[in-house]
Amino acid sequence: MLTKRIIPCLDIKNGRTVKGVNFVDLRDAGDPVELAAIYAKTGADELVFLDISATEERRKTLANLVRNVAAKVNIPFTVGGGISSVEDVDILLQNGADKVSINSSAVKNPNLINELSSKFGSQCITVAIDAKQINNEWIVHLVGGKVPTALNLFNWAKEVELRGAGEILFTSMDNDGTKDGFANTALAKLSNELNIPIIASGGAGTIEHFVDTFKKGNSDAALAASVFHFKEIGIPELKIKLKQEGVPVRI
Amino acid sequence: MKIVIINYGAGNIQSIKFAIERLGYQAVLSNSIEEIKAADKVIFPGVGEASSAMKKLKESGLDTLIPLLTQPVLGICLGMQLMCNSTEEGKTKGLGVFNVNVVRFSNKVKVPQIGWNQIENFKSKLFNQVLEKSYIYLVHSFYAPLCKETVCTTNYEIKYSTALQKNNFYGTQFHPEKSSKIGEQILNNFLNL
Repeated sequence: MLTKRIIPCLDIKNGRTVKGVNFVDLRDAGDPVELAAIYAKTGADELVFLDISATEERRKTLANLVRNVAAKVNIPFTVGGGISSVEDVDILLQNGADKVSINSSAVKNPNLINELSSKFGSQCITVAIDAKQINNEWIVHLVGGKVPTALNLFNWAKEVELRGAGEILFTSMDNDGTKDGFANTALAKLSNELNIPIIASGGAGTIEHFVDTFKKGNSDAALAASVFHFKEIGIPELKIKLKQEGVPVRI
Repeated sequence: MKIVIINYGAGNIQSIKFAIERLGYQAVLSNSIEEIKAADKVIFPGVGEASSAMKKLKESGLDTLIPLLTQPVLGICLGMQLMCNSTEEGKTKGLGVFNVNVVRFSNKVKVPQIGWNQIENFKSKLFNQVLEKSYIYLVHSFYAPLCKETVCTTNYEIKYSTALQKNNFYGTQFHPEKSSKIGEQILNNFLNL
C-alpha cells in the first residue's frame, strides 16, 4: 500500500540551515547535509530544502549543496526557492535533486509549469502554493504570504494540475507558525477536487495534528520544520502513532 | 569491475552514481557505444517523458545497442519502461526487451504515484536478502502490467510489475538509489550478479 509521507523542511541561507536547530547530537547544527542524513536515518520519507538566500552566488552555492546532499542521502529530496527558469531546474536536477518546487515564478508566469513538466516530466515538478483566508475565501499569496494575488486557491490549484504539476505543496498562512494543526478542510477539498498528490504544510504542533491531516485532510504527505528541528516530535514515535491510528506509513 | 551508467541526457543520473559510490564502487557516465559494450555492468536510467527520451536514445544509436548487450543491464524507472515493447506515454515504441506494453494508471488513484510502497512476489536474484513487503520509493504515472517477465509486484489501484527480468536484462520501476537501505541492497545485488 502506498504510504503517507513525513517530510521535514530545511530552510537554507547561503548553504547553511537557518532558524535555530536544536540537535544536540549534531557536530554542526548549521550543516544541512548532516541534518539531512540524520533525518534520512530516523525515518523521514523525503526532505525539502527551501533556499532563502538572495546573493549573486546563490545558484552556485545551492548547486553545491544539492550535490553534497545527493552524495550522502539515500532518500528523495526537493529543492525550492527562487527557481524561475528551465536553466535553474536543469542545474539542480543535474546535481542530484529529485524534484524542484516553484511558487511565485509559477504565479507570475504560469506557462513555466508547462515548460518544466514537458522538459523534465511532471513527476519532478512540485508547485508550492501559499494561501490564507480573506472574507472566507482562500486567496493565494506571494512573498511568504505578504502579498495577496487575485487567485483563488482551488482555481489556481486546478490550473496548476492541468498545466502539468506533479504535486502541490499547500501552505496555509493562517495556520503556519500557530502549532494549532493543519488546514484540514481546505486540504480535504484540494485532495477531493484534484488528482495529484497534496502535501500539507503549516500548523504542525502535535502528533495528533499529523493523524488529523491524513484522516480528515486526506493529505498525501505532511511537511513540518520546527517541531522536528527542535525535537518536539521525533519521526520514529510519530510513525508508530500513525500506524496505531491506521494511517499507512513506512516503518 | 567496470560499471557504466548510460548518459543520454535523461534526468537525474548523478544520484545513481552517488548510490554506487556509497556501496564502494565507481561508475562512469557515458554514451560511448564502445565504453558501454566493454562494461561489466550497465545501468540504464531515465526520468522524464518517454518519447523525448527515446528520441535521444535514437540520436546516439543506443536504441539498437541496448537490446544486444550481453552483460547484466539494469533499467531504472523510465529506463525499464523504455525496455518494454511500447509505452502509452507519447505513444512511444520501446526497445522490445520485455514483452509488455506500458500503460497509464487510471484516475481512480492519484497520478503520479509518489512515495513509498511495498514490493513482493520476488522471482529474481535482484531481491536476495530483501524481505517480502519491503518499502521502496516510486514516482511514476505509467506502469508495466503483470507479464511473463514480472519478478516483483506492487499494488496501486491494481497489482502491477515493479521489476522485470529476462536473461541478462533487469528493470525496476522503483528507484533503488532513493530507496534507503533496501534500495542499496537491491543495487548491490545487481552489481554482484
